[in-house]
Amino acid sequence: MTLSGLEPLVVTPESNFINVGERTNVTGSRKFLRLIKEEKYEEALSVARDQVEGGAQIIDVNMDEGMLDGKYAMVKFLNLIASEPDISRVPLMIDSSKWEIIEAGLQVAQGKCVVNSISLKEGEAEFIRQAKLVKRYGAAVIVMAFDENGQADTYERRIEICERSYKILVDIVHFAPQDIIFDPNIFPVATGMDEHRLNALDFFRATKWIRENLPYANVSGGVSNVSFSFRGNNTVREAINAAFLYHAIQNGMNMGIVNPTMLEVYDEIDKDLLKHVEDVLFDRSDDATERLLDFAETVKGNVKEDVTKVLEWRSNPLQERITHALVKGIDAFIIEDVEQARQEVTRPIEVIEGHLMIGMSVVGDLFGSGKMFLPQVVKSARVMKKAVAYLQPFIEAEKDGKQEFAGKILMATVKGDVHDIGKNIVSVVLGCNNYEIIDLGVMVPPEKIVETAIKENVDIIGLSGLITPSLDEMVYVSKSLEKKNITIPIIIGGATTSRAHTSVKIAPNYSNTVVHINDASRAVTVVGELLNRNNKIYKEQIREEYDKFREQFLSRTRKKEFLTIEDARKNKFAIDWKTSQITKPKQLGIQDFQDFDITKLEDFIDWSPFFRSWDLHGKYPDILTDEVVGEQATELFKDAQELLQRVFQEKLLKAKAVFGLFPANTVNDDDIEVVLSPRAQSRGLSNEDTLNFLTLRQQSKKAVGKPNLSISDFIAPKESGIQDYMGAFCVSTGFGTAELAKQFEDAHDDYNSIMIKALADRLAEAYAEYLHKEVRTKYWSYAADEKLSNQDLIKESYKGIRPAPGYPACPDHLEKRTIWELLDVDNRIGVALTESLAMWPAASVSGYYFANPEAKYFGLGKIKEDQLADYAKRRAIGLEEAEKWLSPNLAD
Amino acid sequence: MSDIKNILQKHILVLDGAMGTMLQQYNFSEEDFRGERFKDYPSSLKGNNDLLSLTQPEAIATIHAKYFEAGADIVETNTFSGTTIAMADYDMEDLVYELNYESAKIAKKVAEEFTKQNPDKPRFVAGSIGPTNKTASLSPDVNRPEYRAITFDELRVAYKQQVEALIDGGVDLLLVETIFDTLNAKAALFAIEEVKEDRDIDIPIMVSGTITDASGRTLSGQTVEAFLASVSHIPLLSVGFNCALGAEQLKPYLQRLSNETEFYTSAHPNAGLPNAFGEYEESPKQMQAYIEEYLQDDLINIIGGCCGTSPAHIKAIAAVAKKYAPRKLQTQA
Repeated sequence: MTLSGLEPLVVTPESNFINVGERTNVTGSRKFLRLIKEEKYEEALSVARDQVEGGAQIIDVNMDEGMLDGKYAMVKFLNLIASEPDISRVPLMIDSSKWEIIEAGLQVAQGKCVVNSISLKEGEAEFIRQAKLVKRYGAAVIVMAFDENGQADTYERRIEICERSYKILVDIVHFAPQDIIFDPNIFPVATGMDEHRLNALDFFRATKWIRENLPYANVSGGVSNVSFSFRGNNTVREAINAAFLYHAIQNGMNMGIVNPTMLEVYDEIDKDLLKHVEDVLFDRSDDATERLLDFAETVKGNVKEDVTKVLEWRSNPLQERITHALVKGIDAFIIEDVEQARQEVTRPIEVIEGHLMIGMSVVGDLFGSGKMFLPQVVKSARVMKKAVAYLQPFIEAEKDGKQEFAGKILMATVKGDVHDIGKNIVSVVLGCNNYEIIDLGVMVPPEKIVETAIKENVDIIGLSGLITPSLDEMVYVSKSLEKKNITIPIIIGGATTSRAHTSVKIAPNYSNTVVHINDASRAVTVVGELLNRNNKIYKEQIREEYDKFREQFLSRTRKKEFLTIEDARKNKFAIDWKTSQITKPKQLGIQDFQDFDITKLEDFIDWSPFFRSWDLHGKYPDILTDEVVGEQATELFKDAQELLQRVFQEKLLKAKAVFGLFPANTVNDDDIEVVLSPRAQSRGLSNEDTLNFLTLRQQSKKAVGKPNLSISDFIAPKESGIQDYMGAFCVSTGFGTAELAKQFEDAHDDYNSIMIKALADRLAEAYAEYLHKEVRTKYWSYAADEKLSNQDLIKESYKGIRPAPGYPACPDHLEKRTIWELLDVDNRIGVALTESLAMWPAASVSGYYFANPEAKYFGLGKIKEDQLADYAKRRAIGLEEAEKWLSPNLAD
Repeated sequence: MSDIKNILQKHILVLDGAMGTMLQQYNFSEEDFRGERFKDYPSSLKGNNDLLSLTQPEAIATIHAKYFEAGADIVETNTFSGTTIAMADYDMEDLVYELNYESAKIAKKVAEEFTKQNPDKPRFVAGSIGPTNKTASLSPDVNRPEYRAITFDELRVAYKQQVEALIDGGVDLLLVETIFDTLNAKAALFAIEEVKEDRDIDIPIMVSGTITDASGRTLSGQTVEAFLASVSHIPLLSVGFNCALGAEQLKPYLQRLSNETEFYTSAHPNAGLPNAFGEYEESPKQMQAYIEEYLQDDLINIIGGCCGTSPAHIKAIAAVAKKYAPRKLQTQA
């Protein structure tokens, strides 16, 4: 048998006993009855939740009470359960003696339920009718051992009725036998009446018979009933229940309604008590009941204390409790938590903006990563709503009782689209934050949006949609608004919407601000910013951000036209070599530095990327005083400085460098031929006296007048007859990093282990910067009088460039091999290339030097197959290998 | 009609691809949607694709024919929104019977022509039964979680009307698809069972759910296995998944489904995930490669395409489906 709620419950012959929760039953729980009668459904739900958390694998729901409208209560309660995923994950048992209530319950449950119950009580015709419907609704069914003559109370009657029922179900109704569950009636024992002496034993025997003779059928029962005559003596009741259950299971009962708080663990039952109980269950002697009654007197009053369930999470700090409540959708404590938060802040609104939004952003993250699903998010929104409702009077009191909204927001799902769950969530969240929401619903035509926006004088227009055609509709709406000269900010949301679509397709059509919001929790911040009196900066920021995003996006995804490589070469960057300034390096050849004084690098460090590596975003030094991350950044910077000074003083890291300057000319358009120093030739590293750097050329079709760049364009071609020069380098400050990081790790200091790597990286970059400056001003000396500050260097204001293989201008990592060969990097400074052409130690930088004043950084972009083939030929490698190395740059 | 169950034992059957994507290429205007018959209809009709079976029947027939030409064994009728519930958006509740009946006729006629041309490859028509635009187990109002915009009975009645019209129009199978709320599907299955009993007929039923996102669940929150448990009380021809995900993303769920079910399995995924502009970009070749993985892993009996797929996709899928044996049914206790 397989049942389901949101998750499946598979019952196989090997399964353990299936435990059905019984607390949501008005006939069995006075508390639950009171809650339902008083329409306290939220508390009633927590009864259900407690059961599921307590391990119930199915929950039984029963609303049979004279004073209740059972059908109404059943439907309402099951509908509420459906929106509580931590309850509705388990299957439901729809329990009623009235068929109409059962049917109403079946009509609101998406999972495979159990009907409790049907029987032959009203005759075969009605039994067949109900069974057919149960089957059509897709439920399993409990069949009571009951027929036209009444309830079965002996072994013989039990098996007779069960067998007859089984045959009708299987042979006439074609009910799946594994979906049949028999309830052969559990009656009280030890009642003092002789006819009840076999109640337990007959149940055990009937159970065994059913399991052996009615293939695939299951057996269930309401266990607590067996100990009914010991009401008030919980010790004995629990012992009877436990012992009965134990033996019933031994005989084949595989599911049952059990109150876990009324159940002792079988092995824990006092041995004397157990013997007395089992004597009764198995009717071992005529005076078994009397002896148990006597013994029961001795254990009376030994009432187990009702230990209040301590919820562990309630002892966590306030913010964690609020976040937990939001994530889990538990509203039982939210008022008291919010009240505590309110007392801790100056203004009640801060609880919403702080505590609650922090919680909601966790919800947003979990949802985004697929760890929460929609019904749970909707639940979170409800807890949020409740919290805000509580805060509302305090917020208003602050405003001298004047009900004043923070702004008026129009919300609409655009024409052609009927999905509004997301829109509703955003509306709720914004409503919670004191915005007046004008919700136009779904399939809203653009005219109506325009008209309402004007008539209601709204502050923001929210457009939502889930299906893809809605994207076009949003574009249309924004154009319609623009036509009417409406200048109200628009917010865009919904599953298929994206920042890309918003920035590329919507924003350009609208003069005022358009913002894409990807989750409800962000809506509040964005709307707050938009309605801020000083919103100019924010709006400009958004516009700028979207413009930039659009440009990047378009350059990335525009269906590009490409030139053939021949045509691209014809459109190369043309430097006028006759007038171009070429400086012969002061010192040609290769030099290395074995133990550079790294303290000199301190001033050359670009700190902004350092913070980025710790996920703190902002420019150094402004970041240190940043409102949001300033404190953390300052602390981090302090720790970095401390470690850096230690590195300097204790000389923990070693810096090495090698560089060379060579005569060079471009040959065959895209190759740069470098003339080796006599020494390199004498080492026999190369049979040739020249080495070629292979470059790649931009191939996408450019606007008129824009060249298709390659770094080879910055070196004079051989045929010009002009001798040009270029350089190559490799620096490393990584020697010692790995050892230090390991020391920190061994001391369980992950923080400093990461820190030292981050610092080494910065030092390597600083060294590259330092060396480049030395080359420009001393060794090559083409910019001897350069005076640039550290900031200028970071901004790359220097003359000439130092592109690195693997970076945008020259993404071909294989070029590193050429540099290594040219400079003999391995032997000179011990920086090695891994198989995948990464440098080791990691804190290393290598690249080329170009001195021409017109040389500039650029991105290669995508290239086509013709260039790939040409490149493979020049590199003398297979096409496949070339494809492997250049794949990120290959156009589709 | 040859018995589709016999064919399924021997071959993987190919379902058609997207109807909507193909219709988009026609760029029909409001006037085209209206045709002569509805030229004075009070509400806007553009976007009511099901209506095109009445106003542009040649286009619908042409698309069916293109899919058969591409190698499809089964085409779906143009009736995804053919219930009074979905048609209420266009005030066209009264046309529901006619829409379904005519759509079935159009598809059946094309199918018969193709079967006649090549009797060795009989073609089938599946009556497409969509999810409607309302959910029976989710509240559209966050403040009233107990509220439902539609009841089981309303759905049952609406689906029954659609099913009757489809059968009258001559469909060979019924396909309850794009199920994002299992309770809606249960109402459709309930209605089908009623029609079967009323008319004393049997008609094969395909059921196809939709896993909406990375949570691996239906919109109404069920896992693959829970969904399967909820629809398996009816003797189905097949159970499977379609829409929302591309073939690649769908595979793990199909794997779980295939492990668990005693029915034949089906899949008609989208042509990948939509890009930022709502376009589906996965090429026939790419999709074919993912589908081939299904076939290699023995997951599938019926395979086709959903949003963004075209006859080229179906052709590629049919080509690869031909190379593999169908998944064998497993029988469980």
